[in-house]
Amino acid sequence: MTTIDPMFVATPLEKRNHTIQQLVRTLLLAVALLLVVPALLILGVLVVEGAPGLSWSFLVDPPRSNGAAGGIGLPLLGTLWLTAGALLLALPLGVAAAIYLSEYARDNWLTRTINVAIVNLAGVPSIVHALFGVGAFVHFLHFGKSILAASCTLAVMTLPVVIVATRESLQAVPKAFREACWSMGATRWQTIWRVVLPNSGSGILTGLILCVCRAVGETAPIMFTGAVFLRSMAPQSVFDKTMALSLHLFNVSTQLTDVPHHLPFSVALVLIIVVLALNGTAIAFRMRLRGRKKW
Amino acid sequence: MAEFTHPRTRIARPANDGPLAIEVQDLNLWYGKFQALFEVDLQIKSGIVTALIGPSGCGKSTLLRSCNRINERLGYVTTTGMIRVLGHDIYAPEASRIQVRRQVGMVFQRPNPLPLPIRDNVLFGYRLHHAGRSSRGEEDALVESALREVLLWDRVKDRLHQKATTLSLEEQQKLCIARLLPTKPTVLLMDEPCSALDPAATAAVEDLIWDLRGNYSILIVTHNMAQARRASDECVFMLMGRVVEHSATEDMFVAPQRRETSDYIEGRFG
Ligand SMILES: Nc1ncnc2c1ncn2[C@@H]1O[C@H](COP(=O)(O)OP(=O)(O)O)[C@@H](O)[C@H]1O
Ligand SMILES: [Mg+2]
Repeated sequence: MTTIDPMFVATPLEKRNHTIQQLVRTLLLAVALLLVVPALLILGVLVVEGAPGLSWSFLVDPPRSNGAAGGIGLPLLGTLWLTAGALLLALPLGVAAAIYLSEYARDNWLTRTINVAIVNLAGVPSIVHALFGVGAFVHFLHFGKSILAASCTLAVMTLPVVIVATRESLQAVPKAFREACWSMGATRWQTIWRVVLPNSGSGILTGLILCVCRAVGETAPIMFTGAVFLRSMAPQSVFDKTMALSLHLFNVSTQLTDVPHHLPFSVALVLIIVVLALNGTAIAFRMRLRGRKKW
Repeated sequence: MAEFTHPRTRIARPANDGPLAIEVQDLNLWYGKFQALFEVDLQIKSGIVTALIGPSGCGKSTLLRSCNRINERLGYVTTTGMIRVLGHDIYAPEASRIQVRRQVGMVFQRPNPLPLPIRDNVLFGYRLHHAGRSSRGEEDALVESALREVLLWDRVKDRLHQKATTLSLEEQQKLCIARLLPTKPTVLLMDEPCSALDPAATAAVEDLIWDLRGNYSILIVTHNMAQARRASDECVFMLMGRVVEHSATEDMFVAPQRRETSDYIEGRFG
């Protein structure tokens, strides 16, 4: 065909709309990139400054000279203890609460109260959680200053995000699946266990990711409830005190003098790597779950 | 199977009445690596209803969706071959996807009115393609004529500002047809438009489709043999991504040329 088709040729209006569409797209892309830039810069600086200090012995050796020298074996171990503890507490509780709120709760004053409480809990500053942890876990429940008390505090702090993420993903499972189940005589719990939960794994993993991020990174809630600046022994049980990476970073970068230049960067780099590694695993899982989803 | 309600009169139309509504030449289509359409050649005449039948998964929806380029959004679809609408290549480099979709309207299996007032639903497409604000009177006239054309006006004229999603399914589907009309399309594609409807609603929508015949060229996918038989002029039978038979509806149902066609029509597989 050599003639120009008049029929499907774009009108001036369409060309204008197209321009707007391209503009909006570029703008949105720019904003998205803008958000990535700080993250990449931080990571870049940490890698450049901190990577030379990394070595196997740095990761496993205990700190020496109050932390100004030696490795970060004990803080790293402590952070893993605290994170695991927080996860073990927050995930089951959070998922259970989310299941109740999404699948069982009717819309009454109790439910509304719980929802308001969750939203407010999410907004409480971490230092307030810390003080609550001191009062509730260290003193009232007599856990003392310990991994247990610190993990409990971290768990309370991360519960709201776990609950909200899980509840959203439960509610994203189409109603039709539930009705299909009920219509064949399944109880609510059978429906949840066989159909709803298997299809909301991605939301639960999102909750887990958010939980890990906060548990690994927070300093305030643990420094009054279980973490200490220095300790010469690895924790033997959950009733021991422990060192932690975040607190160690605070220590080497603000409390000590005569610290080698690269040390804080190396500690921070390890902190980020721990978060990325844990989250990377969860994200990989989540992608597999989402890839399987077909509706 | 439902009895014939009332056999529609088929007005004999002169052949070669203007250009073909849709002309498909040697169309192959792949979803990723999976080939869904094989060497499809098809000529859909103007102003009549053509039914597209065949077992599930044979590529009816795929063929339909190729005709207004809505498959492209998926991103992993490759197409070779040519589709012309009223003689114009819709995949030509200078052809705009937007204009193609405006000329070739589509009705989906489940009624999908937008969660807007009835009036805004009818005007939605029109406003997309119309620069500046048109006068209220102009819009009113468009809404009325579109809704009259789909036989909905008397039922909804007093509640044009109500959400379209509150209508019954039948009314919703008619509204979905009505909202295509203000942009003056030439071809209407319908993908099992009645399969979410009850028999009475099906008959009503079928009547409507039959009424629109003449003003629009209609290509309709259906699983309902009775519907294909009573409400189409020509029939296309597809199997595994290929067009097996294309003939006048009466011929196909009375004397199918191919063994597969008669097997399918008589319900021996499907
Ligand atoms: N979006 C898609 N991605 C991948 N494969 C698809 C997609 N849509 C349809 N298919 C495949 O293409 C074939 C034809 O599908 P379709 O056109 O929907 O059939 P029909 O409408 O005749 O039932 C089927 O095998 C189907 O699995
Ligand atoms: Mg289909």
